[in-house]
Amino acid sequence: MDGYSLSDLFSIVVMQGFSGLSLFSVLLLMALGLAIIFGQMGVINMAHGEFMTIGAYTIYLTSRFTETYLPSFMPYYFIVAILASFVIAFGAGYLLEYLLIRHLYKRPLDTLLATWGLSLILQQIFRSSFGAREVSATLPDWLMGSWKPTPSIDIPLNGLFVMAMSILVTALVGLFLFKSKWGLKVRATTQNRVMAGAVGINTKMVDRVTFAIGCGIAGVAGACFTTIASTGPTSGSLYIVDTFLVVVFGGTASLFGTIASAFSIAQAQSILTFFLTNAMGKVVTLLTIIAILMMRPEGLLRSKVRR
Amino acid sequence: MKALGKILGGKAGAMDLLVIAAIIFVVFPLGLDIFRLNLVGKYLTFAYCAVGLVMLWGYGGILSLGQGVFFGIGGYCMAMFLKLEASDPVSTAHQTTPGIPDFMDWNQVTHLPAFWEPFHSFAFTLLAIVVIPAVVAYIIGVSMFKRRVSGVYFSIITQAIAAIVTILVVGQQGFTGGINGITDLKTLHGWNINTDSAKYVLYFVNGALLLLSIVLSKLVLSTKLGRLLLALRDKEDRVRFSGYDVANFKVFVFSLAAVISAIGGAMFTLQVGFMSPSIIGIVPSIEMVIFAAIGGRMSLVGAIYGALLVNYGKTAFSESFPTLWLFFMGLLFIGVVMVFPEGLSGLYKVHLEPKLRQLLTKARRKPASSKPSIENAGA
Amino acid sequence: MSNKIALSIEGLTVSFDGFKAVDDLNLYVEENELRVIIGPNGAGKTTVLDLICGKTKATSGSIEFKGIELTRLPEYKLVQLGVGRKFQTPSIYENLTVLENLEISYPEGRSVLGSLMFRRTAEVEQKIIDTARMIFLEEHLNTQSGLLSHGQKQWLEIGMLLIQDPALLMLDEPVAGMSVVEREKTAELLNKIAKGRSLIVIEHDMEFVKRIAHKVTVLHQGKLLAEGSMESVQSNPKVVEVYLGH
Repeated sequence: MDGYSLSDLFSIVVMQGFSGLSLFSVLLLMALGLAIIFGQMGVINMAHGEFMTIGAYTIYLTSRFTETYLPSFMPYYFIVAILASFVIAFGAGYLLEYLLIRHLYKRPLDTLLATWGLSLILQQIFRSSFGAREVSATLPDWLMGSWKPTPSIDIPLNGLFVMAMSILVTALVGLFLFKSKWGLKVRATTQNRVMAGAVGINTKMVDRVTFAIGCGIAGVAGACFTTIASTGPTSGSLYIVDTFLVVVFGGTASLFGTIASAFSIAQAQSILTFFLTNAMGKVVTLLTIIAILMMRPEGLLRSKVRR
Repeated sequence: MKALGKILGGKAGAMDLLVIAAIIFVVFPLGLDIFRLNLVGKYLTFAYCAVGLVMLWGYGGILSLGQGVFFGIGGYCMAMFLKLEASDPVSTAHQTTPGIPDFMDWNQVTHLPAFWEPFHSFAFTLLAIVVIPAVVAYIIGVSMFKRRVSGVYFSIITQAIAAIVTILVVGQQGFTGGINGITDLKTLHGWNINTDSAKYVLYFVNGALLLLSIVLSKLVLSTKLGRLLLALRDKEDRVRFSGYDVANFKVFVFSLAAVISAIGGAMFTLQVGFMSPSIIGIVPSIEMVIFAAIGGRMSLVGAIYGALLVNYGKTAFSESFPTLWLFFMGLLFIGVVMVFPEGLSGLYKVHLEPKLRQLLTKARRKPASSKPSIENAGA
Repeated sequence: MSNKIALSIEGLTVSFDGFKAVDDLNLYVEENELRVIIGPNGAGKTTVLDLICGKTKATSGSIEFKGIELTRLPEYKLVQLGVGRKFQTPSIYENLTVLENLEISYPEGRSVLGSLMFRRTAEVEQKIIDTARMIFLEEHLNTQSGLLSHGQKQWLEIGMLLIQDPALLMLDEPVAGMSVVEREKTAELLNKIAKGRSLIVIEHDMEFVKRIAHKVTVLHQGKLLAEGSMESVQSNPKVVEVYLGH
């Protein structure tokens, strides 16, 4: 640590910590969607990253459209675009559940392979439609710039925005799961599918909508992603392994576990990356997660039930 | 003789083996020039991983998405030996530090790392190709299976391991050759592996080892352990409550699959002449699963057909329609799960075999034997 | 009949997220005894069996079998000590034949190496045939077990346990889904195999219980409600209350 003064070190920790928070926000949104799906149906969607990419390209397209046809609307388009990315990813997820996933509920390993195939197809579709090069949406002015609480600390506004978004979405998901009637149905189905069916819940519909919501949240993750990086055909797939680990690490049955796990993984990665190399930071983080998982296969938090 | 027949899976099983042996040892060498034969040899090295996956996933129900790691261990062990032989002080005299591999010199490494030293010995290298993957698989297996990590959890963790290993290999350029891998491999004990005659020899050695691993796998399946694997896949709790320490059996089959994959990796290095991280990561590892799935996840011989077909398709497609290939590959994954989960072997059993049998019985004009015999699935 | 106690359970408690499925339970089963556990749904019957065979770990309390504490041992070791367990839904290997099902359960070649070296000797074959005869499946040795009737599957699972010659055999609803004739045969079978070992049976069918039980234990909300002969239990007002409603 030679060469860094104490106040330098402090600034580094704050800024790396903050860049960790941006990563955390995207990871959290990705993981929320995946955790809901995995917790509910025991299904792993390897194409989850591509739903994030769908969201990101939606932002890109709306920004291009607004720039060309409604330039005066530029400052506001982003809000509409986020909604659009949710809706489009939701729709795609709904379709995917209907066409593919529902046939495979009893075969989780097969679902994994089939959705991997789907992710290859989607990536190729992205590449054919948008080109292999990364694209960036034009962000509204209010997302640019940064906030400087001290001369050596520099916190970008887009990062703050992403964080606010993820907190908002997490809160909405929490409200949806624990306060709404739909959420009750979802939880009932997760806990006892047969019984839920017997008391008149349309479990198939619950599955489909839950799956679609999970995908829709991935779309929002993609929307947030565009504010901190540019989008390419494989942007989403780069996040997929991390996202899975977040979900598994957090334990599948708990919203809080997912948040805690996304936070610790993102922070560890971001801070380690600064002191080690990029690659080694990632290696150390992943290894630590695996080691911890060995000791606690149920994840950080678990709910104990008779099986 | 009878015992041997039973191990090979009865008459039909022995026939399947004979046919694939004829294709590998007679049809391909006679029909293809050495360039293409070498390419087929490369495809066949991937079949090792598929064979391992048939044992692990088809029979044991354990889906590893990290078999590329073991393929890589075998491949890198062999590559390290060959690289050391290629880096003698005379031919590397122009380097800052002569006598070490060129990529180390480029990366300012000034002496051979300790873990490279033993790879001067060919005997050690051969041993390492078998022992290291077995030990690595044993460690991973024990720490996961003893703690009952299974199903998709196991798959995801093995995938993460594949990611970690790739990042490490790419990141530690000075020790591993980084993203380029270990290249410019020339001789094995002074025998130039790049000549046509060497390529022929290696092709046949490769084919023989592949068939040997299949026979070995069939041998394992013919024992009680083979039946236990199936039992485990379908009713793990019943096996556990019949007095078996289930984890040990999973560790065994995981290690077996690892060793078979590693032998394939070593043969890859010998035939293709390099080893690089691009063949051990997440994507190649999951592609190996598709080779096994296309061949039929329960069919050892099918694994070879699966590897040959998919890889041939990949080469043919990506030469002419590179964009279509990913679509096609994606559809293969979906199709093999949704439409024909038993793969080629299932299609053969359902559609072709009955017709062939009909033809045969008609030709012989003899009534088919009516006594149904129950064999262990071992085709 | 000897009165030596084979299994003694004391102060056994397990809680799932604060809910006590089994609550401070004491239970003693003698050698050569056939004990039936009854009780309304959710009484904790299956959980008790889960606890004895190690499928669920106890929160507190002890389970002693032949003087050995079971609560800390892994499942396979319990089986090797002679604890056998039949599950509620028949748990057999449907892809294998009856013969192979029994062979896998044969208590030899249980290690990796052992299973690679295992040979079907004349002795093994004889034991398999004997067991198959006892469970009325002699004619079906080469049938793929997935094709058996529900009742036959139940018998097969019992046979898979019998071939291990367990000292304590636990059966969870062994006659569920069986025809009247099959129930008759099963009652005979259980009476036959109860000799030389202890049996714990969970059952709802009271006629069946009457035919087999030496002693009946009634569980309610994870606690012991009553214990004794079938007649005494049936006339116990507390039991009547629980079964007939509130």
